Amino acid sequence: MKRPTLTALALAAALGLASATDVSAQALTIGVGGNITSMDPHFHNLGPNNGMAQHFFDRLVHMDERQRPTPGLAESWRTIDDNTWEFKLRRGVKFHDGSDFTAADVVATYKRVPWVPNSPSSFAAMVNGLDISVADPYTLIIKTPAPRPMLPIDLAVVNIVKASNVEAPTADFNGGKAMVGTGPFKFTGFLPGDRVTMERNDAYWGPKPHWATATVRIMTNASARSAAVLSGDVQIIDQLQTADLPRMRQNQAIRLETVTSTRLIYLHVDQERDATPFAFDKATGQPLAKSPLKDKRVREALSKAINREAITRQIFDGQAIPAGGLLPDGMYGVSPNLKPDAFDTQAAQALLREAGYPNGFKLTIHGPNDRYPEDDKVLQAIGPMFTRAGVETQVVTLPWATFATQSNRPNYAYSLMLVGWGSDTGETSSPLRALLATVNPQAGYGASNRGRHSNPAMDALLTKALQTVDAAAREKLLMEASEVALRDYGLIPLYYQVNLWAMRSNVTYQARTDEYTLAQFVKPR
Amino acid sequence: MTVFIIRRLMQSSLVLLLMSLLVFFGVFAIGDPIEIFIAPDADQAERARAIAALGLDKPIWEQYVMFVANAVAGDLGRSFVFNIPSIELILQRMPATLELAIVAVALSVVLGVPLGMYAGYKPDGAVAKTIMAGSIFGFSLPSFWVGLMLILIFAVELGWLPSTGRGEVGTFLGIQSSIFTFNGLKHLLLPALNLALFNISLVIRLTRAGMRENLPMDYVKFARAKGLSKRRVILVHVLKNILIPIVTVVGLEIGSVIAFAVVTETIFAWPGMGKLIIDSINNLDRPVIVAYLMIVVLMFIVINLVVDILYSILDPRVRLGDMGK
Repeated sequence: MKRPTLTALALAAALGLASATDVSAQALTIGVGGNITSMDPHFHNLGPNNGMAQHFFDRLVHMDERQRPTPGLAESWRTIDDNTWEFKLRRGVKFHDGSDFTAADVVATYKRVPWVPNSPSSFAAMVNGLDISVADPYTLIIKTPAPRPMLPIDLAVVNIVKASNVEAPTADFNGGKAMVGTGPFKFTGFLPGDRVTMERNDAYWGPKPHWATATVRIMTNASARSAAVLSGDVQIIDQLQTADLPRMRQNQAIRLETVTSTRLIYLHVDQERDATPFAFDKATGQPLAKSPLKDKRVREALSKAINREAITRQIFDGQAIPAGGLLPDGMYGVSPNLKPDAFDTQAAQALLREAGYPNGFKLTIHGPNDRYPEDDKVLQAIGPMFTRAGVETQVVTLPWATFATQSNRPNYAYSLMLVGWGSDTGETSSPLRALLATVNPQAGYGASNRGRHSNPAMDALLTKALQTVDAAAREKLLMEASEVALRDYGLIPLYYQVNLWAMRSNVTYQARTDEYTLAQFVKPR
Repeated sequence: MTVFIIRRLMQSSLVLLLMSLLVFFGVFAIGDPIEIFIAPDADQAERARAIAALGLDKPIWEQYVMFVANAVAGDLGRSFVFNIPSIELILQRMPATLELAIVAVALSVVLGVPLGMYAGYKPDGAVAKTIMAGSIFGFSLPSFWVGLMLILIFAVELGWLPSTGRGEVGTFLGIQSSIFTFNGLKHLLLPALNLALFNISLVIRLTRAGMRENLPMDYVKFARAKGLSKRRVILVHVLKNILIPIVTVVGLEIGSVIAFAVVTETIFAWPGMGKLIIDSINNLDRPVIVAYLMIVVLMFIVINLVVDILYSILDPRVRLGDMGK
């Protein structure tokens, strides 16, 4: 920010405008990389939208900056029996229009969630099958058809709207008419593709935001975000690109905040087909009749051929963490026994010999080039690492729009591919269920199991964990399931992304594992 | 002239139909939009629900027939990701792009024509050579690089101008535009200059060539011999003669500046149509892609028509009736 000169100050004071500078000190501008598509909190289950909704709405359960559940509109919750939950609601909470928040708003909201027309990705799964009854205006009893230990975490993504607005279409939220929440900010405007504006809710039940007004600018281009924070047009940006790190580090006016994210970048390996489409004989170039990737020793060899340290150091300037599990250490359900495989080309070659490929084979690996930070560079680095171990590798990168369709059901077009997974729940049942469990549409298992790994022992452990209400027992089961899946090389973990924020040195932000940039938690320094 | 316009419009509707067919099936071939919109942890039941909700469970030809039927009734569909009618979405963004395009084209004419005329009038001078060398840079430097450099110099280093975004919007004669506020103009200057750079160079070169061609002609000598001042000969008689190619090119460039300001809008986070189309392509948001391209085609058709009519005004030898044949 430019310092006003003495004359300007005197002039402003003379004109009675001195207060204008105070106001500007309380205005915050944020530059975000995600494209916010709607203000309707139930329309599109998408990271940037869910983050934006947290400015205006609250949920029964909130997630803190490490994705641990904390009280939100529910002050406390407990299980009465394995299938019954009791949520005690916070008293004295007011909506932005001054009306009281009660259990009726929660019931109405959960009815709205599966109804929203044209939703490209809904929250229906979070509230389906719940039998909700109101014991009194501040007590909810929720019955589930089967034990559902994840219920508080599921409800932590469903924003509560006012009961009288539950039939409002998405357009009423975008226009502001239905934007009546209980959250720390009141909605003042949304220009799709440009910005969202808001003002402080002085009646907020929790810690009040420092800023009288806040503007979130949608800036999908990483260079534009960097320029905006360097020039002081915005006070804080998220998703800082690696290329700008040195410049930001040198600049005295800029501070960085980082945290290891819950997004794992990994290799999915086709383990179902007897003849996988992209493994070839080294001598003849013909497709191999028997897929080498079905052999666990080959998958282990590929994992050991990768120099994870070099990737995180050279490509990410240290801002990525080598991975051996599904989530970073210390998160719920993460086994302390899973460490990243050490880089060892000789061990990889020995394993290949043992598996009957003394001369290796030929492989084509696929991945996106516009989805994850530096995704194409990582793939280009892995190719030669495999080749050095004896698996002659060709790299193909594609736009996400094409890759996402081809790599998943029903096409399953690739043999080995680079993908990422962010665990919204902050615990390991999310990746185990979506990426590693045997594909089973009825159970909702394996929806993103691009390699179609299948291990009945792991499925059984996971199913048991998902029905175990006791937190300690569940965590133990999840750890065990992770160990079974990864010792079998169901997928090959590469690294955890690091979330990077750059801000002017006069503000601070508590870095979050869920990648959200929330104005209420940006503080002056 | 009426016959000419009617015939043009009939040809145009055929073009529109063909274009929609190509884009519709082209986007279908790229990939499945559901894979992109859906929350990654959604289970198969949720995927099936989303596919049905967006009408993507029907065969592609059936989807196309429905699209055409609705389009004839004026409904080009709703954006998958925004759930806003795609026409409304595009029209919302249009003012931002239009003002950027108009300022860019105005800059290219205001700077390009005088510089080109000077370079053509005194082709051997040092100034003319500098202008021509500069125009080569304008042609050849990639606009994303120039844009980043403009931001680095004027916003980050000097701090004179804001780095990105659109400024405050003012109202004048009922039109809302950021051209009408000082803050808006400050935001507009860098992106407009970046967008105009190529066109400035183009206009300089065209004008210079026109000057060089016209100056030795008999009518110039005659006018001088008649006793008209140099100034009048060049600014009235020569200028009128060199304007025809410039009008053609500027006309067509207005179209491409409006339709394809993608790079500039992305770098400067300018909330215009170019940014919308690139986001929509990444999201495979088919209704927006199709609607956008149909609007762009329509725009080019109209611009071409206007250019043809302008010809006949600038050059009486051109008759519109003959051009349709």
